[in-house]
Amino acid sequence: MKRTFIALFSLLILASLVLTACGPKTTPTPEPVATEAPSEEPVATEAPAEPAAVEKTVVVGFTASLTGKYEVSSTRQTNGLKLWMDQVNAAGGVKLADGTVITFESKFYDDESSTDRVQELYTKLATEDNADFLISPYSSGLTAAAAVIAEQYGKVMITTGAASDSVYKQGYTLVYQAYTPSSRYLTGAVDALANADPDAKKIAIVYENAKFSTGVVEAMKAYAESKGYEIVLFEGYDKDTTDFNPIINKVANAQPDAVMGGGHFQDGSAFAKQLYEKNIESIKFVALLVAPPEPTFAELGDAAVGVVGPSQWEPLAAYTPDFGPTSVEFEDAYKAAYGEEPSYHSAGGYVAGLILQKAIETAGSLDTDALIAALDAMDMTTFYGDIQFDTSEELHGLQIGHSMVYIQWQKDADGNLVKQVIWPLGGATAELIYPIR
Amino acid sequence: MGSSGLLTSLIDGILIGVVYGLAAMGLTLIWGVMNVINLSHGTIIAFGMFGVYLIFTTLGLNPYLTLVLVAILGLLLGVAIYFIAIQRVIDAPHLSTLLATFAVNMILLGVGTAVFTTNFRNVDYALGNIQMGQITVLGTRLVAALAAVFVAGALYFFLYKTRPGKYIRAVANNRAAAELMGIPSTQILALSFGIGTMLAAIAGGLIATLFPFTILSGGVYELKSFVIGVLGGLGNPIGSLAGGLILGLLESIIPIVMPNTWVPILEFVLFIIILLIRPTGIFGAKE
Repeated sequence: MKRTFIALFSLLILASLVLTACGPKTTPTPEPVATEAPSEEPVATEAPAEPAAVEKTVVVGFTASLTGKYEVSSTRQTNGLKLWMDQVNAAGGVKLADGTVITFESKFYDDESSTDRVQELYTKLATEDNADFLISPYSSGLTAAAAVIAEQYGKVMITTGAASDSVYKQGYTLVYQAYTPSSRYLTGAVDALANADPDAKKIAIVYENAKFSTGVVEAMKAYAESKGYEIVLFEGYDKDTTDFNPIINKVANAQPDAVMGGGHFQDGSAFAKQLYEKNIESIKFVALLVAPPEPTFAELGDAAVGVVGPSQWEPLAAYTPDFGPTSVEFEDAYKAAYGEEPSYHSAGGYVAGLILQKAIETAGSLDTDALIAALDAMDMTTFYGDIQFDTSEELHGLQIGHSMVYIQWQKDADGNLVKQVIWPLGGATAELIYPIR
Repeated sequence: MGSSGLLTSLIDGILIGVVYGLAAMGLTLIWGVMNVINLSHGTIIAFGMFGVYLIFTTLGLNPYLTLVLVAILGLLLGVAIYFIAIQRVIDAPHLSTLLATFAVNMILLGVGTAVFTTNFRNVDYALGNIQMGQITVLGTRLVAALAAVFVAGALYFFLYKTRPGKYIRAVANNRAAAELMGIPSTQILALSFGIGTMLAAIAGGLIATLFPFTILSGGVYELKSFVIGVLGGLGNPIGSLAGGLILGLLESIIPIVMPNTWVPILEFVLFIIILLIRPTGIFGAKE
C-alpha cells in the first residue's frame, strides 16, 4: 500500500510540474485572416493643367500580428504606421525630383504572431502584391524571418519593434533598424551613472535568465568594464523567482554603488521592491529593464522612487525634430485617431514610415540604389530621437543614432509618482535623483 | 562573505521557512486525515493572496486583520469543496480524489483568471526594518513568520487539546473505528478539509504581504509544499514547520556558495533522495 502511495505521489509531482508549465495561455485564433488594408488609394488622376505632375502610388507591405501573443504591441505599431501614411497622403504625398508625386498605400496581412506565416506572407507581398517597400512585423523573432525574404527579393525593409542585434550581423544590405538594438538597452544607464557620479565604480548585475535580458546585460557588462567599472556581482535568476532575498543578500555583500539588470515586468518589479526593502546603504543607482517604463510600476509606491528604466520612446522626451512632427503633435494626432495614448510601439511604427519618407525625399527617386545611398547617409532627428544607420559591412543597417530614453520614477510636488526622462540629457525633463536615498 | 552576511541569510531563511511550512501544513493535514492529495492547494494559496489584496485595497483594513476574514472564508470554501467534490469519491480509488481536486483546481483557476486576469498585484504595505548592526530584518517578514508560528501552535493545540481535534486525529488513525466510537466522520472530514484550505489561504495571505503575485503564483508554493511534506513527513502537519525551515534555509544558504539557479535542482534532488531512503519523511509520519 505504502509503495503505491509513493509511486502515486511521485507521479503527482510530475503531473503538477507539467500542469504548472501548461498554465493558461492565449490561444491564437487558428483561422488565417488575410486582412487587406482598406484601400484609400487616391485614383491616379492626371491633372490636365499640369501634365508634369504624374502621380504614382507606392505599395508598402508588411504583416501585423492581429492575433496571437504579439497582438497588443503589434496593433499599436501598425496604428503608428497607418497614422504616418494617412498624414503624408493627406499632405499631398512626396514630390520627386522629376516632379512625380508619390502617395502611399499599405498592403498587410495577419501573421498570427507566427514565424512560418511571416515567411509565407512576405514572399507573397514581395512577389504577388509587388510591394515596393517592406516594413517589418513586430518582435525580433518575426523580423528575423521577414528580413531574409526582403533581402532575397531585393526590397528595402525598415524594421521596427525589433531590438535584437543578430539580424544585422547576417551581411544584409537592404534592412534598416529603427529601434535601438538590445545591446544598447542599458549602456545609457552606465553613461547616466558616470555623468552623475564619477566616483561610483562598482556595479552589481542581477538579471533574468532569458535570451533578451542576457543579451542586454552581457553587452552592458562589457561596456561598463571598458569604462573602468568593476562588476562585483553577475547573477542570473529563474523567470519564476519571487523571493529575491537570497540574491539581494549577495548584492549586499558585494557593496555595489549601482544595481542594474532585470528582465521582464513581474520579476523586475518584485526585485525592485525587495531591493528597496533591504535598504542597502551603498546602492545609489538602480536601473532595470522593461518594468520601470510601464505605468503600473507605480504600484510599488516608495519602492519605485528613483528606479531608472530604458524605453525606446516616451511622450515626454523633448527632442527637437528636424524632420516630421514634434512629440506633442504626434501624441495629439495619435490620440485623435485611436482614442488612446501612444506607446513606444506606436512611435516605432510611425517613425518607420518617416524613415522611408525621408529616404525617398533625399534620393528623389524610387531607385533602390539611390534609396540605399540615402538611408546609409541618413542622419536626422525626429520626435522619436536620432536616426542613423551602421554602414559597415559587418553590421549594415544597425541603428546607431537612436538611443534609449531613460526614465526615472520621481515624486512630484504633490507627492505623486511620475515618470521623468533623465537621459539622454538632450531629451531630459528632470534631473536624475542621485543617490536614490 | 562576512559573518553578518551569513547571519542575514540564516535569519531570512528561517523567517521565510516557517511561512513555507505553514503553506505546506494544509496539504499534509488533508493527506494525513483523508489520504487525499489536494491539487487545488496552490490555487487556494493564490485565493488567500487575492483575499488579502482585495480587502486591503477596497476596505483599507490592516492586512493582518484581513487574515482573520480570509481564514474564515478559507474554512468555508474548504467545507464547500469537500461536500461538493470530495465526499462522494472519498472512498473511491486515489485517482478519483485526485481527479476531483484537479477539477476543483481548474474551476477555481479558471474563475480566478477570468476575474483577476493574470496581471500581478502587490499589497503595498510595509512595517519598516529592524536594524541590528549590519543585519536588516524586514518587519513584514518577521510578522509573517511570527503569525505562521502562532497559527501552527494554534493548530497543534486544536489537534491535541480540543475534542474536535482529537476526533480529527481519531479519524486519521482509523476512520472505521472512530465511527464505531460515535464520531461523526463526515463532519470531521469536512472540517479537516476546511482547516487544510484555511491554512493554505492564511499562508497565501501572509505571502501576499511579502511578494508580488498573480492568480498563478500558488503553483510555486504547491510544489514547495510537496517537497516540505516529504521532508517533514506526509500527514504530519507539525513536521511541516520543520520541513519548511529546512527548505527556507536551503534557499537562503545555497546561493551564498553557488548561483541561485541551482536551488530548485538541489531541492528536488533532496526530495528524491528522501523519497528513496526514508519515504515517511525525516520526522516520520503519524500513521
